[in-house]
Amino acid sequence: MADAIRTPELHLREGCLSPTGDWTLLALAPHANRLRSALATASATRWDLSALTRLDSFGALLLWRAWGGRLPADMVLPDGFATQFERFVAMDEAPVPHPPRFVFTDLLAGVGGAVLGLFAHLGDFLALIGRLALDCLHLLGQPRNWPLKEFSANLYKVGVKAMPVSALVGFLIGVVLSYLSALQLKAFGADIFIVNILGLGIIRELGPVLVSVLVAGRSGSAMTAQLGVMRVTEEVDALTVMGISKYVRLVLPKVMALSVAMPLLVLWTSAVALIGGMMSAELQLGLSYGYFIETLPKVVPAANLFIALGKGAVFGVLIALVACHFGLRVKPNTESLSANTTASVVTSITLVILVDAVFAIATRSIGVPL
Amino acid sequence: MLSLRGLSTRFGNNWVHKGVDLDIPPGEVVSLVGGSGSGKTTLLRQMVGLLTPTEGEVRVFDEPLFAGSREAQRQRRRRFAMCFQGGALFSAFTVYENIAFPLREAGIATEAEIRELVALKLSMVELLPSHAALMPAELSGGMIKRVALARALALEPELLLLDEPTAGLDPTRSASFVALIRDLQQQLGLTVVLVTHDLDTLAALSSKVAVLAERRILAFDSLEAVMQVDHPFIQEFFLSERSSRALARAQGA
Repeated sequence: MADAIRTPELHLREGCLSPTGDWTLLALAPHANRLRSALATASATRWDLSALTRLDSFGALLLWRAWGGRLPADMVLPDGFATQFERFVAMDEAPVPHPPRFVFTDLLAGVGGAVLGLFAHLGDFLALIGRLALDCLHLLGQPRNWPLKEFSANLYKVGVKAMPVSALVGFLIGVVLSYLSALQLKAFGADIFIVNILGLGIIRELGPVLVSVLVAGRSGSAMTAQLGVMRVTEEVDALTVMGISKYVRLVLPKVMALSVAMPLLVLWTSAVALIGGMMSAELQLGLSYGYFIETLPKVVPAANLFIALGKGAVFGVLIALVACHFGLRVKPNTESLSANTTASVVTSITLVILVDAVFAIATRSIGVPL
Repeated sequence: MLSLRGLSTRFGNNWVHKGVDLDIPPGEVVSLVGGSGSGKTTLLRQMVGLLTPTEGEVRVFDEPLFAGSREAQRQRRRRFAMCFQGGALFSAFTVYENIAFPLREAGIATEAEIRELVALKLSMVELLPSHAALMPAELSGGMIKRVALARALALEPELLLLDEPTAGLDPTRSASFVALIRDLQQQLGLTVVLVTHDLDTLAALSSKVAVLAERRILAFDSLEAVMQVDHPFIQEFFLSERSSRALARAQGA
């Protein structure tokens, strides 16, 4: 079997075409184009296949196409190769259907489908919240069934493990923000207002949004992928069959964990960002640490902190719900998994920023010194 | 065709194989049998280069599996194909694209030729042309196995490796899949290596049986000869009441 390949050739002798050598995919690979054109220009009507050493379906197909889809009337065909061509006869009677062409109505259908899909998403999302609420009500009566272990595991995963990265990002943002503001403030001689800018900006706005973006990318995507793979491997179905609500066991711990972890992460990240800003202010403007720490509570009312914590909790719930929503929609194929994970992250970040704008309007008269 | 020389495998401190030698001649259908955890699938994965043995060497077509340039290895890999237990179809592709994929990658056939080759492979594994547009998630277990076989056959391999070809199929489907493999093997002159638990499959398909136990190949011969070997594992595997029934069934068929 491992003997040398005999080069496939096409010979014309006295009006009779005879292919010789190995007409197999492997042997034909370097000669396919040459033989294709030789077959296309061959005009003989008599064929002799007795000199062929090997023939596989690719070789047979090349000949079959040259013959125009039928056996030539005048040919020598050894029995061993005849079966190769019998399949083509059967196959030509039932060809593989072409995929339908893309036409204008498909575009229209695509737009319609997208709109309906959006409604389906909204409906499913509402249904998810509803089911979760009902299951929670049900759980109120049976405290033993609260998924506390899962809650604690999730808290560790989304909270504790996110601390280093959020601290790093927060610190650098604080340093950069402080440095850039300091450059401007120096020009106006308004150095001391750096505390106001950093305090209000980071605590009220930047902290919650920054953490949300980080957590959506870090934990939201992980949640979607986890639920998605559990869908693919039928683990979610197994839970349902055991009579265990997937909302209680899978969705609720994630929502609870993020609603608790997010405010804490906001607190942590804002603190680190402020420390970064403080250090930068000291280096850039010569503002002492003591002054910074002393002034901060005076210029940033405590209400801002509560707004930030509230935002954190709301954003956390949103991210977890969106992640679970997309995770539970994953169909058992790789494409759907990647599409839903992408959609989950993009949607939760967008939603967080939208809701943040709503927060900004709703709390415009609270905690801002006039 | 395919040979294993002094193959040893260690997972942690545990030797799974120790000095496995096996020479598979062309044109044979070799079944690899052994108890649970005897490393049959590990051996199969080593044959195709998915796992590297701790010691020893795998040779295909009289050359070491990993010899030569990147291109030479690619050429060698085109000459054998493997069907995975779960099918391992690309879930984002349709059946048609799954079978066309290796052909497109090889870059030899034109798109029109690929169309006909796919149709041919589909008819070989007794699937309808209309199945070409389905996604793997829409297929039944038996159809997945058939599509996987069609994809494995796409590049006209000389050597075909099958991991549990009939696992998860009901007896009727399993019998028809076995018949299909046997027919194709005879028509295409394939060499087949399969791992199986199923005695019906074993008896119906294999021209030789390799028994893997005690970390080595205990016996490698025709089914009848292997059954004569006096070893507790072989006696229990082939001569239990259940096995005798299966073997009698296969001989009656």
